[in-house]
Amino acid sequence: MEKELRLMKGNEAFAEAVIRAGADGYFGYPITPQSEVMEYLMAQKPEEQTGMIVLQAESEVASINMLYGGAGCGKRVLTSSSSPGISLMQEGLSYLAGAELPCLIMNAARGGPGLGTIQPGQADYFQSVKGGGHGDYRIIVIAPASVQEMYDSAKIGFDLAFKYRTPVLVLTDGATGQMMEKVYIGEQHPRLTEEEIKEKYPWATTGKSGGRERNIITSLDLDPYRHERHNIKLQEKYKTIEENEVVFEEINIEDADYAIVAYGTTSRICQKTMQLAREKGIKLGIFRLISLWPFPKKEIRELSKKVKGILCVEMSAGQMIEDVRLNSVDGAHIQHYGRMGGVIPSPTEIFDFFEKNYIKD
Amino acid sequence: MDGTITKEAIFKPENIVYKKTSLMTDNILSYCPGCGHGTAHRLIMEVIDEMGLESETIGIAPVGCSVLAYEFMNVDMQQAAHGRAPAHATAIKRLMPHKTVFAYQGDGDLAAIGTAETIHACNRGENFTTFFINNGIYGMTGGQMAPTTLPGMKSSTSPYGRDLKSMGHPIKMTELVAQLPGTYYVTRQAVHTPAAVRKAKKAIRKAIEIQQMNVGLSFVEIVSNCNSGWKMAPVQSNHWMEENMFPFYPLGDIKVDGKLIEKK
Repeated sequence: MEKELRLMKGNEAFAEAVIRAGADGYFGYPITPQSEVMEYLMAQKPEEQTGMIVLQAESEVASINMLYGGAGCGKRVLTSSSSPGISLMQEGLSYLAGAELPCLIMNAARGGPGLGTIQPGQADYFQSVKGGGHGDYRIIVIAPASVQEMYDSAKIGFDLAFKYRTPVLVLTDGATGQMMEKVYIGEQHPRLTEEEIKEKYPWATTGKSGGRERNIITSLDLDPYRHERHNIKLQEKYKTIEENEVVFEEINIEDADYAIVAYGTTSRICQKTMQLAREKGIKLGIFRLISLWPFPKKEIRELSKKVKGILCVEMSAGQMIEDVRLNSVDGAHIQHYGRMGGVIPSPTEIFDFFEKNYIKD
Repeated sequence: MDGTITKEAIFKPENIVYKKTSLMTDNILSYCPGCGHGTAHRLIMEVIDEMGLESETIGIAPVGCSVLAYEFMNVDMQQAAHGRAPAHATAIKRLMPHKTVFAYQGDGDLAAIGTAETIHACNRGENFTTFFINNGIYGMTGGQMAPTTLPGMKSSTSPYGRDLKSMGHPIKMTELVAQLPGTYYVTRQAVHTPAAVRKAKKAIRKAIEIQQMNVGLSFVEIVSNCNSGWKMAPVQSNHWMEENMFPFYPLGDIKVDGKLIEKK
């Protein structure tokens, strides 16, 4: 069968993709620059197609706790928001991680801090990959760089969420969320029936039919030693994720003397920077992060041994660079170039910075 | 026979006048002796049991004294963040409309930190049931002032009594949600006497029955004592509740069949 091709915004592609991935429920609150997600879902009326529920909640706080309720029942649930709204959800994410519940969250990040701006930003990296809320936990963070990847991230995200019983965050920004590109639409995956959920997710609170003991979804344990064992179990799970779920893309790294490390929108912009460098005979490659957590620790270490210098490009004051430095060999030449407050760097300004700081005459 | 009455002689089916529902676990209640929570738990579980809804019920525990409700209620349970039980219940009921879903919340949980979730779930007319235990104090954290603490009432954060000018007035959430078109049945009950317990159980049953009708949210407040937080003996606290809480939080139905009860 020929694949269906459409011209869509990143936000809309993500919305279409969650329906096709067999999502059971979307719970969200409007915020720029991602309101198209809920608008698209409301217009599509997925309840009439697949039975998927779409609900506009009273706040991001309510949205994330609706995810907690739905995920606790073994349902495929998601929300989307942008930076200030994602900050409001951090408490809920901590509970979801503690109770080991699968769900999908999309952050079309904007410049901060505070209300900041509605223009794109990448300053939510720390919040996303270091836990974000209270307690020792991590969530899987994937960073799409195109409208197609926005689409693909829905199913990949849900699959990872249920594989490890963890929240999965799709971290994009206003640029990738708003831009239009062609996108291949995949097949419609059916939603699971209640019987299938009971069989696949025996931990879910679906009502204790079939003579089983009651199921309890909680992140609370007042016995510190038992709760420590729960924490150890979580850390073991995170270790397994780190061993198995690192995803990245190398572009012209094979012959590279220098490398840019970037993710999402900036990794796209840097492809033009790389082209400018190569036109001048400078062997510049791009190491693009796709999974931000788990972070490609080993690969970054190897990269830092191989190249003469690494330039980290982010729309932030330099957040990802901390993980790059932490995992690189001592003495590696690593610098940051970034813009803040919603400003998108141009390929030429990145190249100018790179040439000035890395290419000695 | 030496005339001693043995346990076996007493525990005969014909002698049983009361039996604990199997929907209450055998775990020892974490509540203080004299507290109304245990009775409220039992009544809800008895109704679920009698209506044959054991395998179709999902309950939400709050944060507060009843945070561990899932240890005692023998049905599928989720434990919510402080104030967010209505968000859980909303999602669960929307995703599984044929299930029986209830949120069990205290006054700090429902009427302070969770006010937005409470009001909007009521206003959307979500088809679940809220049980609201109002004892006018934060019991779990050691007796701090609650949104429902009475005027002049002493607590650990209003040690000289609740001063309305600086601390605000107690909030009547039950009257407030009754005004919203999404609520179908709103009532205030108590569990401090056998008569009150029987009435409360009828109200709980009615609330769960209404949920099966899919006509909107059913909301049952239970005014309860907190003898520890109020620093009184259990019996004394029940008298104090009758004399002080009931005049401010009068018992009875507030909204029935979607219509407000007219006060004469």
